[in-house]
Amino acid sequence: MGFENILTGFQVAITPFNLLMAVVGITLGTIIGVLPGLGGANGVAILLPLTFRMPPTSAIILLTSLYWGALFGGAITSVLFNIPGEPWSVATTFDGYPLARQGKGAQALTAAFTSSFVGALFATLLITFFAPLLADVALHFGPPEFFAIQALTFSSFVGLGGGDPVKSFISIVIGLLLAAVGLDIVTGQLRLTFGLTPLMSGFDFIVAVIGLFGIGEILLSVEEGLKFEGVRTKMNPKVVFETWKTISRYWRTFLRSCVIGFWMGFKPGGATPASFMSYAFAKRASAHPERFGKGELEGVVAPETAAHAAGVAAMLPMITLGIPGSPTAAVMFGGLIIWGLQPGPMLFKEQPDFVWGLIASMYTGNIIGVIMVLAFVPLFAAILRMPFAILTPFITVICAIGAYAVHNNMIDIWYMIIFGVIGYIFKKLDYPLAPLVLALVLGDFAENALRQSLIMSQGSLLIFFRRPIAAVISAVAVFFLLLPAISLWRRKRQLARAAATSGNEMGVALPGEGATAEQGTTEAR
Amino acid sequence: MRKADIIVAVLLTALGLLVLNAAVRLGFRWGPDGPQSGFFPFWLSVILVVHGVAVVVRAIRRRTDKPFVTPEQMRSVLTVAVPAAAMVLVTQFFGLYLAAALYLAFYVRWVGKHSWVTALALALCVPIATFVIFERWFLVPLPKGPVEAWLGY
Repeated sequence: MGFENILTGFQVAITPFNLLMAVVGITLGTIIGVLPGLGGANGVAILLPLTFRMPPTSAIILLTSLYWGALFGGAITSVLFNIPGEPWSVATTFDGYPLARQGKGAQALTAAFTSSFVGALFATLLITFFAPLLADVALHFGPPEFFAIQALTFSSFVGLGGGDPVKSFISIVIGLLLAAVGLDIVTGQLRLTFGLTPLMSGFDFIVAVIGLFGIGEILLSVEEGLKFEGVRTKMNPKVVFETWKTISRYWRTFLRSCVIGFWMGFKPGGATPASFMSYAFAKRASAHPERFGKGELEGVVAPETAAHAAGVAAMLPMITLGIPGSPTAAVMFGGLIIWGLQPGPMLFKEQPDFVWGLIASMYTGNIIGVIMVLAFVPLFAAILRMPFAILTPFITVICAIGAYAVHNNMIDIWYMIIFGVIGYIFKKLDYPLAPLVLALVLGDFAENALRQSLIMSQGSLLIFFRRPIAAVISAVAVFFLLLPAISLWRRKRQLARAAATSGNEMGVALPGEGATAEQGTTEAR
Repeated sequence: MRKADIIVAVLLTALGLLVLNAAVRLGFRWGPDGPQSGFFPFWLSVILVVHGVAVVVRAIRRRTDKPFVTPEQMRSVLTVAVPAAAMVLVTQFFGLYLAAALYLAFYVRWVGKHSWVTALALALCVPIATFVIFERWFLVPLPKGPVEAWLGY
């Protein structure tokens, strides 16, 4: 049954126009991934206004291809320039850059691209099989289940995001509050506008993404005084085939990283921990763990496979549950709404061409992508050799155009600059930006689901624990919220025990930044 | 870093209080047909205030500190941020094309110290390419000012 669907999808995905969109998307995406200050999320955000007049399927193919391209582009900067374009390519620099320094840049890049491709393919295969099943389950969801999933999305940022839990929580709340500004669609009341006319239309997440990730990132990179001193490399087919032969020995690493990537990526904010986890596991399982960090191909394979598997897996909850798992998926989620589609399980019933076209394009897009990046790496790398003083104003102008084009509204360019400064300050002070963006996108949905649930239950919060599916999801959400407090408590106890047995101070210092009072935050509401 | 941490957290707490006040005025309880408009913002702002205070308390207790930005870092951030804001200001009155041209020329010539030829070439090509791609191909109108009006757009 699923087989016919995917065939229909391929019929949609391999029309000449849609293939062209994939090529354009990959090209622009790789450029965006290479450029500092432009990543997947704001690349998609800037291009989104251009797709308003396109058929939705072609539009989503363009934007997802852009995303794959950005993932590939991130690998180029990590390996050749030691600059991780995205947080999940940090682990790729550990071995990728040393390899490039040793003159094995071509091998490292081939390994990175191939791993990305394998990870993406694995995740796409799983999506092909699981997406319809998950959508079927989700069809029976009511507002309480949806709110529980949204709560889970946010709480997993607090519990598993790896950042400061208190500040993650603040980021989420700010995102939700920004989403609440303007018209309350349930009661028709204006709220939180403080009498200011520009606030009446609320904040657009696209503008926020462009400001926070685009302008903010530029400010951060000039502050660090980044110098792009890349290693030059040449690609030729011989090296590619030889590298393929070498890395085929690492099939265990591939498989393990695929599973880690998909499993972590399905959950929000999972790509970064997935890449680190995969790297750590590969190192532990390796016969030569001491080679890791000095230029081991396996150290490139592991994080890249996992990061791409996770990047693709983040699409699964978006198309089946209507929950974006990453900032980029969040922007696409917003795109779906603008194109007049309702993200979520109904897509499979009402828009099969769209969903299956999208899934099929994940195959075609990644195949096109791996071929293109392998063939044109030197061209893409040359972009980063452009002087920074030319790139910076150019990127700023592009960001401004993207922000304006969303609503043809001048105030949005001002918001972009303001969000840029906020993004810069937040990033420096460890307030994570991804949950803020997700909260801004999901805010209205989360609030509506909460209010509808409460209307169903006459105001009792117990509704989230009475219905079986909602109860399980809510329980996990509460557990994730409590996780930072639990781990802090366990660490303190271990330390106390260690201090008691050894009698003197161990080398393990208490992390001063650890979460203190988390209890006040997790009260059920 | 500590000072910046405290300032931002205090600002966020103040924002929380502001929203709290607005939410209370909107009504945050049970209305005739379910939760009122201020219900969601009310609880969000409560969380924001609690966490904002927690960040402040934590920052005060922390000993180690390093500066938020060094003066040199501040200078390089400002060389990007100030021209960018100026570009937006020019866009407001004279349209995006002229603003982009001036901004590119200024930045490439004075900040980047590239040649006049490079600066002028970029200042001409980028706005023209933008015009062709956005206004012509994708039919996305961008902010225009007196110069475009004079040219007949």
